[in-house]
Amino acid sequence: MAEKKSADFEKSLGRLEELVGEMEGGELSLEGMIKHFEEGTKLVGLCTTKLNEVEQKIEKLVKKDGELKEVPFDMEEAE
Amino acid sequence: MDSKRQVYSVAEVNRQARMALESALGELWVEGELSRVTIHSSGHWYFTLKDAQAAVSCAMFRNDNARVPFKPKDGMQVQMLVRPSLYEANGRYQLIASEMEEAGKGTLQEQFEKLKAQLAEEGLFDEARKKPLPLLPRKIGVVTSPTGAAIRDIINVLTRRFPNIGILLIPAKVQGAGAEQGIAKAIDYLNTRGDIDVMIVGRGGGSIEDLWNFNEEVVARAIARSTVPVISAVGHEIDFTIADFAADVRAPTPSAAAELAVREKGTLEGAVALYDRRLNQGLKTMAQDLRLRLNRAAHSYVFREPGNLARGYRQSIQALETRMADLLKLAAQERFQRLERSNVRLVHGLKSSVQQAHQRVDELGMVLTHRMDQKVERDKQALVRLQTQLRMLNPLAVLGRGYSLTRKADGTVVRTAAAVEVGETITTQLADGKMVSTITEKEQGNSTGD
Repeated sequence: MAEKKSADFEKSLGRLEELVGEMEGGELSLEGMIKHFEEGTKLVGLCTTKLNEVEQKIEKLVKKDGELKEVPFDMEEAE
Repeated sequence: MDSKRQVYSVAEVNRQARMALESALGELWVEGELSRVTIHSSGHWYFTLKDAQAAVSCAMFRNDNARVPFKPKDGMQVQMLVRPSLYEANGRYQLIASEMEEAGKGTLQEQFEKLKAQLAEEGLFDEARKKPLPLLPRKIGVVTSPTGAAIRDIINVLTRRFPNIGILLIPAKVQGAGAEQGIAKAIDYLNTRGDIDVMIVGRGGGSIEDLWNFNEEVVARAIARSTVPVISAVGHEIDFTIADFAADVRAPTPSAAAELAVREKGTLEGAVALYDRRLNQGLKTMAQDLRLRLNRAAHSYVFREPGNLARGYRQSIQALETRMADLLKLAAQERFQRLERSNVRLVHGLKSSVQQAHQRVDELGMVLTHRMDQKVERDKQALVRLQTQLRMLNPLAVLGRGYSLTRKADGTVVRTAAAVEVGETITTQLADGKMVSTITEKEQGNSTGD
């Protein structure tokens, strides 16, 4: 669900850091290395996607006909 | 005369009366109970202030009552800073309030300290309760006034740091009576959405009364129960509110709150790119390393030719042999050298003894020669003597003096007559020659010898 999406980026980046650290530690077998690489590459893709996927929307919540609605927020309002 | 009489209009009288009243009394604090409270659509408040003995009409205009952190209610005991005045339109005497506090609650500072101590006691401000801020929020909720400077600052900073960040503003009154209720509701609402990862709750700077809603217990409790991390940003750096203590992070200003809410996109992208590089580099390095090791192993003599293993052993054995031989040779050489050294000494000794012997022989030779010479000399002298004697004894010399020597045919000297026979041929030696005769007769005498 959307709920865990932000944590995903953080977890992904954390995991990525861990993978790279282990790879650079030099203790891994070739197989482990390849597994780490594959997982890491996936995470790089995931993180990049997440960074770009955040939707640029500046909205304001308004009550219309008794219902809450998000409408684009006009910066001029704040003047 | 009409002209002698000074006649005022009603308005003029009221105006004079008002001015007299205002300059006579000025500003003062008054305490009483509110009644007949009317909140006009214009935003102004009208009410009556009374106590056991008296009552007076009051007004509190919008600009002033906006700072009052509570809603006036009938029966409420209040203290007000007022200017006694007169409403010229109807000539009614009234008090114009500029500040209002609930009586008995103490000063705002006292209320602040009391609530802070109480909530701290409850553990509402404990560090353990603080939630970490997300690294990358999908959407940022903002609870503030839609018309203040705060929202503009927040949006500017957020979009500068992360151009495509999502922002949802929940418009809320951030000052005046009852505003705390709206703020608390907005915080609760953001928690129900599920797409908000962090929220900023706050407003721009103002007086302590302006910020007062953020010192209300309902706001502190709404922040405390929020599962979405809350960044508080109330007023300026020096302003601390109860909301700040309850929040997960307190930002000194709305702009600072925006900076805390999201990192710069470039920084995050840079971090991901760096990991990507290190990831690739790590594998590449390992691949290179393994290839190197593989090559080394594949080219080792064992793999090139299985027989080489045995050869290897042979080589080792040979090497050992050689080593042994070398050691042996070395030992032999050493001994030889020692021998040579002693030999040299020996030869040297020998040579010197031979030399000595030579010397000795030479010496002996010389002695011998010397002796020889002496002997020869002596012999020579003896010889001379003998020659002389011989010469004197030489029979031939006697023969010269008439003597002769007779020999038989076999050469024997005839010394007696009996030695010869008649008819025997004898040879007689004379000084200058010989004569051979045959014996014809012999006569033996007694005489013996010559």
